[in-house]
Amino acid sequence: MSNRSPVNSMKIAPYVFILPFVLSFFMFYLYPIISTFVMSFQQVYPGQVDFIGWSNYGKLNNPEFKVALHNSFRYTVYTIALLIPIPLLLSVLLNTGNRTYNSLYRSILYVPSLVSIVVAGTIMRLLLASSPRSIVNVIAALFGAEPRQWLLGGPTQAMVLLLILALWRWVGVNIIYFLSGLQNIPDELYEAADIDGASGLQKLWRITIPLLKRTTIFVTTISIFGGFAMFEESFILWAGKPSPNNVGLTIVGHLYNKGFQEGEMGMASAIGIVLLIIVFTLSVSLLKFFGFFDEEGRR
Amino acid sequence: MNGKPHIKAKSIAKHVLLIALCLLYLLPLYSLALASFRPGRDLLRYGITLKTLIPTDLNLENFKGLFTIRDGIYFTWYGNSLVIMLIQTVLALFFSSFVAYGLSVYRFKGRKVVTTMVIFLMLVPMQILILPLYKLMISVNLMDRFLGVFLPMVVSPFAIFFFKQYIEGLPHDLIDAGRVDGLSEYAIFFRIIVPIMPPAFSAMAIFMSMQSWNNFLWPLIVLRSGNKFTLPIGLNTLLTPYGNNYDLLIMGSLGATLPIIVVFIFFQRYFIAGLTSGGVKG
Repeated sequence: MSNRSPVNSMKIAPYVFILPFVLSFFMFYLYPIISTFVMSFQQVYPGQVDFIGWSNYGKLNNPEFKVALHNSFRYTVYTIALLIPIPLLLSVLLNTGNRTYNSLYRSILYVPSLVSIVVAGTIMRLLLASSPRSIVNVIAALFGAEPRQWLLGGPTQAMVLLLILALWRWVGVNIIYFLSGLQNIPDELYEAADIDGASGLQKLWRITIPLLKRTTIFVTTISIFGGFAMFEESFILWAGKPSPNNVGLTIVGHLYNKGFQEGEMGMASAIGIVLLIIVFTLSVSLLKFFGFFDEEGRR
Repeated sequence: MNGKPHIKAKSIAKHVLLIALCLLYLLPLYSLALASFRPGRDLLRYGITLKTLIPTDLNLENFKGLFTIRDGIYFTWYGNSLVIMLIQTVLALFFSSFVAYGLSVYRFKGRKVVTTMVIFLMLVPMQILILPLYKLMISVNLMDRFLGVFLPMVVSPFAIFFFKQYIEGLPHDLIDAGRVDGLSEYAIFFRIIVPIMPPAFSAMAIFMSMQSWNNFLWPLIVLRSGNKFTLPIGLNTLLTPYGNNYDLLIMGSLGATLPIIVVFIFFQRYFIAGLTSGGVKG
């Protein structure tokens, strides 16, 4: 028992174990958040910093930021509207019947999430190329449409393309979340419902969906974070250039342009703080609304 | 007995739907694979055409180009991605399991707060923090260095949560036995717990390697010189219509994607285990 030095005592050891997390938390999360907050009240020049009060926030009252806010908000709402019901229904389909086929389907739908966003965006741009011979233009021609530059076709079209990309990449991931939620629903519930003569739709509506609540809240929460943080997709689709009329501009995109292209660190920080507040308010109220914290407490 | 044909029709409909969907989902990857063996200038001019999807007239010019275009810079990027992936994954496995052990085995003051922080930070996307992290990297002189790319990632809240679940499922007797044998608290972790964690390590290793391999925004900000780029950053610079960029872009994209898909085919269950530990347990 010679090694019971203070560092090895049961009192000290836990803190040694959590030390890496605490250090990384202070360095890579807390410090950055605080310093963004401080910087959002500053005008940052090379070698000089002026305190300018709320003016960075005042500058947010510009058309570009409004477009960015609007785009991020719409993107988040639409991705939630698509990326919850579709994977949910598909996971219900994949939860019954032949296991071999089901896991094959599930795997294939999951594969796109393994592809780097750079590669995914490149393929998408090539499929949508403006030449009349590109595959999307050929298909469009079948419906009597003229060949066009899909990526330059206005805000609605841009949003649709971003949503298609999101569907391609994330349906498979959400299916896996929902399938894992479905496995926690006891079979007896469905058997009892069968005895009562419930239809498939009734079972879906009365058993499956209510019992997937926790999974749905989880997926919604990560979708809010992911939706408002979206940037890379439009960065690649429009090749890092500002998209025409800012159709693909998002909050993070605006932050990136201001901070990294135009060197307006103060204003970029203000954008970052606004983003942080939006995302946290939404997710915390969502989790509170659904009583997520209470359930956590009881367990 | 008229239930049976009904069920059969339903099941056929299901398979038709899913097969169609799967084909649609594979189409972009199929196009990538075939386009890689055709001249980049056609790709630049016409995009992916119907002809691209028919596997004729394929050639290996683009593959040879990987070695010759810009003196084979592609393999420099490939190597950089591999090095960063390996170091980041090994360090993240070590630090995250170390922290997870502390959180799952001991009851100490502050444990609840730290656990809540871990869960909360799992949700925070990197994108929100890039600006201050960038300033931090400048002040500690880590810009344009691999260390700057992976250091902020080596204590992963997600991995901590995953390992915590796993360690809590292990029998506590193991730890007590270690104490009876006079092992130090750290020796218990390294000599008793770590050796029984390979299943959890594999799941997280695969998950985190993939994330590192595909990581885009952060390396884009940290890395400045062309010979330090990782694959996604390097490929991204090729998205301009000059020179024989598209030869390299398309074949390079295939080269960046194929290994992950092969790994996925062989280690599927680890991918899924890594994904489903968070948030949806119970």
